[in-house]
Amino acid sequence: MIRDNRLSDAEYAQNFSDIHPPFETRDAALVDANRCLYCYDAPCTKSCPTGIDVPRFIKQIVTDNVKGSAHTIFQSNIMGGGCARVCPVEKLCEGACVYNLMEETPIPIARLQRYATEKAIREKWPLFQRSKPTGKKVAIVGAGPSGLSAAHVLARAGVDVTIYEKEQKGGGLMTYGVAAYKITPEFCAEELDYILSIGGIAIRYEQQLGRNLQLSHLRQQYDAVYLAFGVGLARRLDIPGEDLEGVVDAIRFIWSIRAEGYPATPVGDRVAVIGMGMTAIDAATQARRLGAKEVTLVYRRTQAEMPCTETELDIAKLDGCNIIWLAAPKSVLGAGGRVTQLLCSVMEPGPPDASGRRRPVDTGRTITLDVDMVIKAAGQMPYETLVADETIAHDKGRVSIDSNGATNIPGVFAGGDNVNGGKEVVDAVQAGKDAAAAILSYINN
Amino acid sequence: MASLQTDFLGIRSPNPFWLASAPPTDKQFNVLRAFEAGWGGVVWKTLGSQIKNVSSRYSAVDYHGSRVMGLNNIELISDRPLDLNLSEIKECVRLFPDRAMIVSLMADNDRQSWHELIKKVEDTGAHGLELNFGCPHGMTERGMGAAVGQDPEIARLVVEWVMEVATIPVITKLTPNVHSVVPTGRASVEAGSQALSLINTIQSVTGVDLDTFIPNPNVGGKSTFGGYCGPAVKPIALKMLTTIAQDPVTSRVPVSGIGGISTWKDAAEFMLLGSTTVQVCTAVMKHGFRIIDDLCDGLSNWMDEKGFTKTTDFIGRSVQTLTSWEDLDLNYHIVARINPDKCIHCGLCYIACEDASHQSISLTPGHPYNEYTIKEEECVGCNLCKLVCPVDSCITMVEKRVGPDYLNWKEFQRRGLPLNDH
Repeated sequence: MIRDNRLSDAEYAQNFSDIHPPFETRDAALVDANRCLYCYDAPCTKSCPTGIDVPRFIKQIVTDNVKGSAHTIFQSNIMGGGCARVCPVEKLCEGACVYNLMEETPIPIARLQRYATEKAIREKWPLFQRSKPTGKKVAIVGAGPSGLSAAHVLARAGVDVTIYEKEQKGGGLMTYGVAAYKITPEFCAEELDYILSIGGIAIRYEQQLGRNLQLSHLRQQYDAVYLAFGVGLARRLDIPGEDLEGVVDAIRFIWSIRAEGYPATPVGDRVAVIGMGMTAIDAATQARRLGAKEVTLVYRRTQAEMPCTETELDIAKLDGCNIIWLAAPKSVLGAGGRVTQLLCSVMEPGPPDASGRRRPVDTGRTITLDVDMVIKAAGQMPYETLVADETIAHDKGRVSIDSNGATNIPGVFAGGDNVNGGKEVVDAVQAGKDAAAAILSYINN
Repeated sequence: MASLQTDFLGIRSPNPFWLASAPPTDKQFNVLRAFEAGWGGVVWKTLGSQIKNVSSRYSAVDYHGSRVMGLNNIELISDRPLDLNLSEIKECVRLFPDRAMIVSLMADNDRQSWHELIKKVEDTGAHGLELNFGCPHGMTERGMGAAVGQDPEIARLVVEWVMEVATIPVITKLTPNVHSVVPTGRASVEAGSQALSLINTIQSVTGVDLDTFIPNPNVGGKSTFGGYCGPAVKPIALKMLTTIAQDPVTSRVPVSGIGGISTWKDAAEFMLLGSTTVQVCTAVMKHGFRIIDDLCDGLSNWMDEKGFTKTTDFIGRSVQTLTSWEDLDLNYHIVARINPDKCIHCGLCYIACEDASHQSISLTPGHPYNEYTIKEEECVGCNLCKLVCPVDSCITMVEKRVGPDYLNWKEFQRRGLPLNDH
């Protein structure tokens, strides 16, 4: 049965508490900070999409220059606080830490980054000065990581920025699309305030391109436009029974947890989650933490091809989620309009496909799971119709840009998930920086 | 198994580890605990002139997350009644007759004071005396401690007074707060001192509090120069020890080495450079008497590995390998070699060589790991890369002699060989 309010407030608080708690004391941070070797041309920095100078910010923690440390982080990544919580560091900075080559535990870079940035955000350190206003105006569509990152760079340079956001809060998927035990909506709000504290950035909420906002108007009113509306449509499974009551998409499910709260988010007793990406893990683990008795992740390939990291998979395992590899959903069965079972084809790995991963091949056998809820997390789709309607050049919905981040429409730039189809927050932040640099060059010439 | 049994001027101790004259040796309570833990001997905290101490007394230098790399103190000699110290010394000697009991002395600056003090101390049954000519604070203003040690002629005079009455071995403890420890060492030996110990603490300011702007340690808003000790001073102590071991006069007497000894390895190094016994303080101030276990065990195991059966097999063994610069072989040449299997690509060798040495390491960019290789023709064999490399034995120095023969600076000049040719 799908229902909300399964747990007490105390149980919710326990289940959604910080999975990577911060250092509680300066001493604790220093033990790890002092282990950092201060590498030259450091592999961790080179593995960060925003190129944060990791050895430098850690050294600054060691010397009690936490202000300098936070500045080092934010100047490369204004969402360094949020990224410290949500980045899959095991495949980025920490994965590249040279201690791995010594078979030693890598430096807990994310935790140290959180140590430095949290202080800055909590204590509202004014680390950046805005240049004299230039009189230039830029519109940004989407207040997610990419839009905010671009906005901050532009605001610093004296540009007046207006962000148009379809939701009621800023932060994009950071605010609405990540497991709450990694980052709380409250922190996202604090981080947003901190970014906006530089001045020169206005956000207009509940403004959605194609609905109550027209690109042509933005082009008339602003010197340049940056499209950073991300991706958002859950990929359909296109199988029978997909519209039964009890089939939900993971984006919507996680959105509900974050926007409406834990008690208000309904969850089934026995839940199947389809997919094995980060979003699938976030949905499965949170379904468990909301009180689902049994959660099963269903993936049509093997562990070797899964998009999530080992660390993420471990979280799901530790939360008691079942995992079925090589099972492709075939149909959702129901009774009285409600989900009762998920029928899956049993697959086997075949020859490599276009992505280089082994293509799953149907064995003809099936398995049936008794479930009352199915969460679809098989990827997100670009806003193809929207992009096409605005006559923006695209590739299957992904906005096409040139090497300067410019679209086919003069003065309109794009970056982040709506260009790359959906990557990490940290990639979106870098895209925002790149776009801002291109926009500055464009509007100043 | 190697024997650690030590004989210092006839003063026997089951191992060469003595506790230096300092707070850990200022009363029976501590000394008995030390002996129970296994320490070979103690130098009882300095007795003598009447004093009054301040609060606070210590400050330290931490390094890269490790506490007390160096320790500074402004504490004076014993501030307990002399008679109480003497009766406790007697009791400790009675309870542990096999341990060395040396008593550190600093009398007021007159012959009679020294004579009276020595007689009283000898009555306790102590085995030796150590003359404190080194304390750098508090006592110097009154003409004692380092004020004596810094002037060879005053030191000579005081040692002469001492030797007029002393019947047990006399060790003179030298101050490092001089250009060279040798003049005072010589004067002391010539005046009859049967042994030397060194170093006492080095005058220092450990730091300034960046909030109050008051240097450490803070005594009611002021500070004063203190005596520095601990691991930070070991290299300085080893150098001074070597000069004593190499001087024709001072090398005639045994030495008790002091200065940052924390481990059996430190002790072995002091002994290789001429110490018969070693004295420990800071390491005990930090960790307590229990460290004696590994000091003895580690030294003994090392001696077994090296085939030494007794400490005299290696005491002073390294002294003759420290020579003057002009006697070094200019044909000896080494170059660095990086083991690519061990390299973790941290780049520390590269940036050190690039910015601070001879630009002898090449960088091949990689993502995320660069490759680093030595440019042998540029390498001067300075060791810097090897020193900064965090991986044991990743960088080794390989011998590539310039010529087959030993060639020192004098000979090099005589032959008119090219200078400044790198």
